[in-house]
Amino acid sequence: MKVLVAVKRVIDYNVKIRVKADRTGVETANVKMSMNPFDEIGVEEALRLREAGKATEVIAVSLGAQQCQETIRTALAMGADRGILVQTDVELQPLAVAKLLKAVIDKEQPGLVILGKQAIDDDSNQTGQMLAALLGWSQGTFASKLAITDDGLEVTREVDGGLETVKLKTPAVITTDLRLNEPRYASLPNIMKAKKKPIDVIAPDALGVDPAPRLKVLKVEEPAKRQGGKKVASVQELVDKLQNEARVI
Amino acid sequence: MSVLVVADHDNAALKSATLNTVTAAVAIGGDVHVLVAGHNAAAATQAAAKVAGVAKVLHVDDEAYGHGLAENVAALVVKLAEGYSHVLAPATSFGKNFLPRVAALLDVAQISEISAVVSADTFVRPIYAGNALATVQSADRIKVISVRATGFAAAVAEGGSAAVETVGGPGSAGLSSFLRAELSKNERPELTSARIVISGGRGMQSGDNFHLLEAVADKLGAAVGASRAAVDAGFVPNDYQVGQTGKIVAPELYIAVGISGAIQHLAGMKDSKVIVAINKDEEAPIFQIADYGLVGDLFKLIPELDAELAKRK
Repeated sequence: MKVLVAVKRVIDYNVKIRVKADRTGVETANVKMSMNPFDEIGVEEALRLREAGKATEVIAVSLGAQQCQETIRTALAMGADRGILVQTDVELQPLAVAKLLKAVIDKEQPGLVILGKQAIDDDSNQTGQMLAALLGWSQGTFASKLAITDDGLEVTREVDGGLETVKLKTPAVITTDLRLNEPRYASLPNIMKAKKKPIDVIAPDALGVDPAPRLKVLKVEEPAKRQGGKKVASVQELVDKLQNEARVI
Repeated sequence: MSVLVVADHDNAALKSATLNTVTAAVAIGGDVHVLVAGHNAAAATQAAAKVAGVAKVLHVDDEAYGHGLAENVAALVVKLAEGYSHVLAPATSFGKNFLPRVAALLDVAQISEISAVVSADTFVRPIYAGNALATVQSADRIKVISVRATGFAAAVAEGGSAAVETVGGPGSAGLSSFLRAELSKNERPELTSARIVISGGRGMQSGDNFHLLEAVADKLGAAVGASRAAVDAGFVPNDYQVGQTGKIVAPELYIAVGISGAIQHLAGMKDSKVIVAINKDEEAPIFQIADYGLVGDLFKLIPELDAELAKRK
């Protein structure tokens, strides 16, 4: 079984983002970029399936500008076998990504597709579910445990009240939550090896998909700043203030 | 124009975020209908009919909807969606799971986790863990929207008298089935709707130490939460997690204990009305957004707080 993982290039989670002065978006020039952390968990899970003999090949797919090759190289350095870049400079929104991925999947025929549950830039939490719907597949979102059984998959999911386990027919789409695994670091030899692994580059046209954005971003602003920073000296003073000043207890 | 709100419920009762979603629907305008898809969900259906502002409740009863499986719920909502200008669901684990499927099957964009309604086609949504707010406009024929509960007041749960219409659904899609749930046993209020939340971070040092917070929580009628660091360290289960990748809360009072204030945690609680931070590190970023900061050893201060609250009761 082939496993396909989707990897997104995002602003590194440690970077404090800045809204552009013209309010068209967030500053990305000269900002450190990394693989979306949930996608790293997806790559790791795919590699573990291959190492356990349940998967034969791990394909890392990214979509976007030419620089997304770096993100694919990161996945290859972790251990993925090959990469595919759907290259475009158009701003890609989740529905377009799902359609493009579907077209890649129609060609590659993987038995399992793993994505991060959300990207930490647009916080949409949509692509995996949309992809599953377009494919007519089952989905195991927010997964914290994945078990391949004789007749499908058992996925334990992080839900509001705790955990839920569902049984899925395969092929299926999985989206990762934090506790699914702890991703490995790429070793230096593997980083070197990754440079020789193949990356196919495809244009959206070749996949027959119109990637144009559906939602128009009118403006991006900074949220109102909280006025904080006051200190109290003791527990008594704190309780006093909460009772008599803020009146919340 | 009419808006369909897909209720999050456990068959017996509505989840509170459904009420906030009704408020968002009312803000958009037009008739508000609520879909209660479940199994033996008469009680949740009756509850939905009483919510102020709801004109009609659609009730679908089928085993396929008893556990909210995304594949089944999405197929049902797609079937019902054609008559509506907007389809809304709360951005709970239920709503986040099925709603993008609906959008994809309708070939429309989804607008995730809106925090404000500007007009019937324009909405505000937080991005980058709430460090930026995007105002987005949709030209799609049906707007599919998930609603961040903290952005909207809860609709009044009593006083309405909506008509209930029983409708049929396509049933199971045959793709998935529910096996079991392991829900955290918790006598305290639900994290996302509690009036007061007290959360612990890495500074708590162990899961056992959370009983210190629980004692205070019980005196205040508060819910107990945690930072991602505390969850990652295995102190408490993931459903305690407040933050960008956990739950978003906005209680009247949020007490952060032993939490440094990473961006991803702030994303989940910075809209709280009053924030208290208790931390031994005076430089911790959490103090910059706290209305009341108390610097010191939590293992000394939390028992003191507990005693002080007991004294004043």
